[in-house]
Amino acid sequence: MAEKGIRIRGLKKRYGSGDTAVDALKKVDMTVTPGEVVGLIGPSGSGKSTLLKCLGAVIEPTGGQMVLGDHIIYDDGWKVKDLRALRRDRIGFVFQAPYLIPFLDVTDNVALPAMLAGSPNSDARKRAMDLLQALDVGHRAKAMPTQLSGGEQQRVSIARGLVNRPPVILADEPTAPLDSERAMAVIRILNNMAQKFETAIIVVTHDEKIIPTFKRIYHIRDGVTYEEKGKGRAFE
Amino acid sequence: MISLAGRDILHTWGKFIFTGFGLGLLIGVTLIMAGVYRGMVDDAKVLMDNSGADLWVVQKDTLGPYAESSSIYDDLWRGISIMTGVARAANVTYLTMQVRHGDRDVRAMVSGIAAGGPGLPGWPPYLVSGRQITRGHYEAVADIATGFRLGDSIQIRRNQFTVVGLTRRMVSSGGDPMIFIPLKDAQEAQFLKDSYAIRQQRRRTAENPAFNRPGVPGLLDAVIASQSVNPFVNAVLVQVENGHRPEDIAQQIRKWKRLTVYTRPQMERILIGKLIATSSKQIGMFLVILAVVSAAIVAFIIYTLTLGKIREIAVLKLIGTTNRTIAFMILQQAVALGGIGFVVGKIAATFSAPFFPKYVLLEPLDSVSGFIAVVLICIISSIIAIRAALKVDPAEAIGG
Ligand SMILES: Nc1ncnc2c1ncn2[C@@H]1O[C@H](COP(=O)(O)OP(=O)(O)OP(=O)(O)O)[C@@H](O)[C@H]1O
Ligand SMILES: [Mg+2]
Repeated sequence: MAEKGIRIRGLKKRYGSGDTAVDALKKVDMTVTPGEVVGLIGPSGSGKSTLLKCLGAVIEPTGGQMVLGDHIIYDDGWKVKDLRALRRDRIGFVFQAPYLIPFLDVTDNVALPAMLAGSPNSDARKRAMDLLQALDVGHRAKAMPTQLSGGEQQRVSIARGLVNRPPVILADEPTAPLDSERAMAVIRILNNMAQKFETAIIVVTHDEKIIPTFKRIYHIRDGVTYEEKGKGRAFE
Repeated sequence: MISLAGRDILHTWGKFIFTGFGLGLLIGVTLIMAGVYRGMVDDAKVLMDNSGADLWVVQKDTLGPYAESSSIYDDLWRGISIMTGVARAANVTYLTMQVRHGDRDVRAMVSGIAAGGPGLPGWPPYLVSGRQITRGHYEAVADIATGFRLGDSIQIRRNQFTVVGLTRRMVSSGGDPMIFIPLKDAQEAQFLKDSYAIRQQRRRTAENPAFNRPGVPGLLDAVIASQSVNPFVNAVLVQVENGHRPEDIAQQIRKWKRLTVYTRPQMERILIGKLIATSSKQIGMFLVILAVVSAAIVAFIIYTLTLGKIREIAVLKLIGTTNRTIAFMILQQAVALGGIGFVVGKIAATFSAPFFPKYVLLEPLDSVSGFIAVVLICIISSIIAIRAALKVDPAEAIGG
């Protein structure tokens, strides 16, 4: 079977060493197929952010294997030289807070990752515009981030995560600041995008409202993952 | 790719303009300081040029007549003027003093010029109004910067002079405006004592048995007469005939007259290298301090602006912005700040220069090197901010 989506096997992460060492991830196994949105749930301190950081190639795991799309990116050591380019081209990030760049307008915020990847400005903006329209914020394309509502900002930051058509999207509490209607809208968008672009999406969440929407959920406790079949049917 | 620095500046332009304005005033002061130094050098050059001399003949082993006092006999010029290669030679005196005009007084350099008419070394080469001195006594030509006008009566020591002509940019090496008066009057002003002092001197001479000898009638009168004339001037200015090298003539005068002679390059070295050396060091110190202060300000501002953007920088790094792009962004902002500062400073300096009491000469070349210095300072001071930005961990964008 062709390797696509996300595959994690036996991933470990230890912070520090000696007496003060913390085993944040002990044994993480996870598979997300392209087009799938998977929930990651766990109590505080269970290792959710640590897992996203490992997958997002901003901290180095201590062991195990990570495969993104058809690239083995980690196998007891990085297998990719340019982690920055990996992040730019193959991973989309969506944060709890939108973290838009305050001095760029909405279009350029979304277009920036594409520009960084070398697309001409006009192409990048065209793609940004299409995404903004798909996410229902096309009419705010020329606004500055501070002029948007929280929900609009979040949709803009999702558009930014999608602009390079990454095979993987990592979302950390993307619905936390939103009311239930907006939260559901965001989840619907992520599901649509996953299907449209064959993207594998992991959503870290505490949000009771959206948990029922996942078809599959991973629980993480003390750095160990357990898979649970979800009841989500809403977006099939 | 879009210019991140440019967008950021446009977004926070108020802060940039405001800071740039403050920095600009500092840069303006720096340019003025440089202008003051250039003005001093120019004053010295103007003094040399306007004297019309190729050689300055002064008292042996002195740096006269401008940098040290020099006193030579007022008949030496005759011997010099008949030497081969000498076109003209003329006595001159210089005395910096307060000149009275009504109830105010002006600091001026009073120069005594030998009878002979315009063109003689020491005479003002051109006038802006009025005429040159024609009478042997009590007429004056004043620089317009003294504030005197044609027909004004001015008091130098005990004598009244009438201003008959005005010049422009005739200044001493210290920047004081010049007043030209006939040589005889100037000699008197320089050496003449008040009547009480004269009486004292006569009494002392009379009490001295060496001068007051009963057997030699007339000796005392002769001695007193010789005491009451002043046979000294400060220098002889010499114009060299075309086709002769000033250095050769200077060599002859040194040999035959046992006097010290300076050529133009030598005089320039005295005026600029010695007379204003301390002032220029002082100005140099100020320039260094101002440069350090500007650097500190730029560094502080850029550092604070960068610290305020830590989260954005983490996000930029997370989505794949290279360190180089981020460093370049900060660098561009620092240079932009310097650019705004320079423009403000240049404008401020240009408009304020005429209001300074001393001549401020803003040389275009100084502006160019000032601009280069500003850019360099901005680049160096952005280093701290760049280091802080490069240390930002992209993991911070993901948070806890
Ligand atoms: N930089 C670090 N150095 C040392 N220990 C760390 C570091 N980051 C996290 N930890 C520890 O690793 C464990 C997992 O932390 P992590 O941030 O992944 O939890 P989390 O599941 O995201 O929690 P929360 O829901 O509160 O955000 C915790 O015990 C935490 O104290
Ligand atoms: Mg967390």
